[in-house]
Amino acid sequence: MEKELWKGNEAIAEAAIRAGCDCFFGYPITPQSEVPEYLSLHMPQHGKIFVQAESEVAAINMVYGAAGSGMRAMTSSSSPGVSLKQEGITYLAGAELPAVIVNCMRGGPGLGTIQPAQGDYFQATRGGGNGDYRTVVLAPANIQEAVDFVQEAFDIADQYRNPVLVLADGLIGQMMEPIEWHDVSKRQLPAKDWAATGRKGRDHHNIINSLYIDPNECDDFNSHLAKKYQLIKENEVRWDTKETEDAELLITAYGTPARIVLTALEQLRAAGIKAGLFRPISLWPFPEKPLHDLAGQSHIKAILDVEMSIDGQMIDDVRLSVEGQKPISYLGHAGGVIPTVEEMVEAGKKALKEAE
Amino acid sequence: MAVVYQKSKGLTDNELHYCPGCNHGIVHKLVAESLEELGLLDDAIGVCPVGCSVFAYNYFSCDMQEAAHGRAPAVATGIKRTHPTQPVFTYQGDGDLASIGAAEIVHAAMRGEKFTTIFINNAIYGMTGGQMAPTTLIGQKATTCPLGRTQEQAGMPMRVSELLSTMDGCVYAERVCVTDIANLNKAKKAIKKAFQLQMEGKGFTFVEVLSTCPTNWGMTALKSIEWLKENMIPYYPLGVVKDTSAEVK
Repeated sequence: MEKELWKGNEAIAEAAIRAGCDCFFGYPITPQSEVPEYLSLHMPQHGKIFVQAESEVAAINMVYGAAGSGMRAMTSSSSPGVSLKQEGITYLAGAELPAVIVNCMRGGPGLGTIQPAQGDYFQATRGGGNGDYRTVVLAPANIQEAVDFVQEAFDIADQYRNPVLVLADGLIGQMMEPIEWHDVSKRQLPAKDWAATGRKGRDHHNIINSLYIDPNECDDFNSHLAKKYQLIKENEVRWDTKETEDAELLITAYGTPARIVLTALEQLRAAGIKAGLFRPISLWPFPEKPLHDLAGQSHIKAILDVEMSIDGQMIDDVRLSVEGQKPISYLGHAGGVIPTVEEMVEAGKKALKEAE
Repeated sequence: MAVVYQKSKGLTDNELHYCPGCNHGIVHKLVAESLEELGLLDDAIGVCPVGCSVFAYNYFSCDMQEAAHGRAPAVATGIKRTHPTQPVFTYQGDGDLASIGAAEIVHAAMRGEKFTTIFINNAIYGMTGGQMAPTTLIGQKATTCPLGRTQEQAGMPMRVSELLSTMDGCVYAERVCVTDIANLNKAKKAIKKAFQLQMEGKGFTFVEVLSTCPTNWGMTALKSIEWLKENMIPYYPLGVVKDTSAEVK
């Protein structure tokens, strides 16, 4: 397959079309606006639906309606807009509706900045709305992964009847990279016989709902969700490693910082420090066991977590996975400042020294 | 024996949970009958709100979706845009539609979304126990305006049919009530017309039904009908507020 040069947000949008997305409901916000812009032109050309909603709240509820009537539906936004979508996301999870949500993260809190950041990790992985629910979260580190993950996200969502988040950042959205288009649909997907499509001769009416007024029924439903989440944990954990076989310094990072770490690894190794990268790809379910087992290897002396967040958010999951086996230190910036290779090299050396 | 009356196939056999004297049951019946008589039941998709009619999905026999508070018009937009030939409706109360869902209903009307909204205006939040709504009348007491609503504190009550009628996309808006047989028949006609215009692809259609809430108004069912006539109708006049359906191709 030939490589094509694509801008991240436009590639994400095109990936949705290629994944058979029936409808997109969006709202402008920097740095993701090219997604709705692209789809406003191209969805109608494919006989598909594009609506610019009056707000992110409305957009995610349009997704709910379309998904509830059996359609492949998607929305995208950036951090403050994704905060507004949380109501709809918890209703999607509660009604067990498949949907794809792209977050092109920017700095916060509040309006923050329009530059890339990773401050929405907690919101994405803990369920940013009310109640006990989880969304599958896939974190691309380049545009190739962004398009592959968007395409597969539709299948994952349909397979488990659960919303899937693709957690990118402003850098992934705004830069251009060569990519190849892959056909990623390989899953056997269940029929959507639950959807409210109109009865059309069906002997019962389908109801899309998240209300269980009887506390025992609500408890039972949550148990059902918990079983589903356990299944997702068993099937959908993803991660990547680089040069961890002999590493004494293990760097953990996802998304944009993870690709900068690759250069830091070269420089650290040139300086005689054996460094490796553990990159979670599914942020939920988090690759707990692979990281736990790797951290337990005797050659690993210290762990450095790097994020575009001032105190670190994924570091909580790193700590929970490592379970105190090795010391963990942190390097991070927020608000659009991206950790540099030099900072990573320095922080890596320091982490190792402190471990000794 | 000849059958002179039977329940609409548009309703399930579930027992309604509504209070005695509440108008929801009557309006449910009118919506169900309208869908059945127009032959739309098998294709219809309804969206119910948060509020007293939150369980409406248990009563309408067509496919139903339960929306978050106020978001029914957005949910219906998602359904109708992807199912353009099928009848879609929202059924919403005044807290849901006029307060938290004001943006969603205004923009659905602005876009001329081709679904029908049945709006129950009983001038109060029912489900949560009688709080002030945007439609609560001046002087009317509610649990969050125990001394009566004042213009200084809460502004004037919102006339939603008139508001939506300023939108070109809203082709039909009528305000009705179901206090007696004559008005009930008018209400049925309005609901049926709204669905007909929807199926003709004319645009957004809206029927506002002035309704009683004896429980939260603190009066008997009979007294509440009188109160509606004496207090609500003067501020919320009945009749066709807008009908541009003939001008729309």
